[in-house]
Amino acid sequence: MKSIARIVCEHPFFQGLDGEFCDLVCGCARNVRFNQGDYLFHEGGDADYLYLIRYGQVALEIAVPGKPPVRFQTLHDGDLVGVSWILPPYHWAYDARAITLTRAIAMDAHCLRKKCDEDPVLGYDVLKRLLPILTSRLHATQLQILDVYGAPEQLE
Amino acid sequence: MSDDLMVPEPVRVLRRQQELATTWTLELESGRAGRRSFLPGQFNMLYIFGVGEVPISLSGDAGQSETLIHTVRAVGPVSNKLAALKPMDTVGLRGPFGVGWPMAAGEGADLLIVAGGLGLAPLRPAIYHVLRHRERYGRVILLYGTRSPDDILYAGQLEEWNKRPDVEVHITVDHAGDDWLGKIGVVPSLVPTLGFDPEDTVAMVCGPEIMMRFTVNALRDAGVEDESIYLSMERNMKCALGHCGHCQFGSTFVCKDGPVLSFDRVRGLLSLKEF
Ligand SMILES: Cc1cc2nc3c(=O)[nH]c(=O)nc-3n(C[C@H](O)[C@H](O)[C@H](O)COP(=O)(O)OP(=O)(O)OC[C@H]3O[C@@H](n4cnc5c(N)ncnc54)[C@H](O)[C@@H]3O)c2cc1C
Ligand code: FES
Repeated sequence: MKSIARIVCEHPFFQGLDGEFCDLVCGCARNVRFNQGDYLFHEGGDADYLYLIRYGQVALEIAVPGKPPVRFQTLHDGDLVGVSWILPPYHWAYDARAITLTRAIAMDAHCLRKKCDEDPVLGYDVLKRLLPILTSRLHATQLQILDVYGAPEQLE
Repeated sequence: MSDDLMVPEPVRVLRRQQELATTWTLELESGRAGRRSFLPGQFNMLYIFGVGEVPISLSGDAGQSETLIHTVRAVGPVSNKLAALKPMDTVGLRGPFGVGWPMAAGEGADLLIVAGGLGLAPLRPAIYHVLRHRERYGRVILLYGTRSPDDILYAGQLEEWNKRPDVEVHITVDHAGDDWLGKIGVVPSLVPTLGFDPEDTVAMVCGPEIMMRFTVNALRDAGVEDESIYLSMERNMKCALGHCGHCQFGSTFVCKDGPVLSFDRVRGLLSLKEF
């Protein structure tokens, strides 16, 4: 069986991380499993963990009053779920739900934040890994808001 | 200017099939023999007498072109009338026009076919061609993005292609309810997840222009050369023959030199508003 250190440091999010840093962040990690339909977190909840998907599929959802929730993104093997853990006041902005059996690494956000604060070089490295994810999700959101496939009257 | 190409020939509608809420596929008589052969990516001008004429891509199989297949989304005066045509009704036909997808240039390479919404219609003849001559191409990946699960065009056919071991089909929708277990997200975000060889890939992209712009960015970020990215451009057209200048961009006439153009030729055009 793979050690948690290997799993964490081979995950695309942490791949190539300096060995010493890898040991540091592994101290914040544990294996978790979500069955189909389980929530990873709920909108408004404390962002105490971030999740690195090992395999499975997680949907990000926004609850709409009186209607079924709207799913706006799915995340898959190798993806990171949850970015609010790094942004004060550390609250989730949406729901995340496993739509297939999902195995992931849960990283304790308090622990990781503390280690990043204590060692700014590690903190900077983690931020550099997070920024491209944030940017690509921002671009994706822009495209979704434009509703490019919508009816013509909605495009104008 | 040849009368043959300027004067619409009346042809009959043979069949009409609803695809989506506002999208219909028409099967038309091919008219004069010359109209039967076309290249994947070419279009016809369809004329509703007394209303107007619009370019509509050929969306059927060029290898079986006894009749002509067009998929039309009802968005305005002409397309509304086209979509409402019934079997035995008559429509004016000119074409086929334009330069199609780089089916020959893509031989020996991997193909990345990226369609957004109705953009799958002009790409479908290219897919038929690839499947008919599968041995001529390397890895074949089809990415399809659309608004919601209810807006998936040719859903049954996508499912069939997905079952083939020699084609990779990835479908994603912008948003969905909890009964959809597929991918959700925009189609360009699939590009970095594919693990393809950018130097040996020819990309064919068709969809709303903004979707094409984002997709081109993702393809270039992945290392695909500008010359290997082909787009089908939509511009208002009148003559479709390179005479009237309606679709002109610099020295390029989208009707005659396109609609399929490589990105290095349309770089400036993509970021411009319709003129
Ligand atoms: C080479 C080429 C191939 C094409 N192939 C197809 C095809 O296979 N099927 C098809 O349905 N259309 C296709 N089109 C687009 C079609 O020609 C236009 O949508 C046409 O303008 C429709 O004419 P209309 O009179 O119905 O609407 P218009 O009066 O021209 O437009 C009505 C409204 O719809 C908007 N609009 C126009 N086109 C679109 C669009 N594509 N998507 C969303 N909103 C739009 C306009 O901005 C306007 O507000 C193609 C265009 C080109 C240039
Ligand atoms: S439509 Fe007349 S030049 Fe292209």
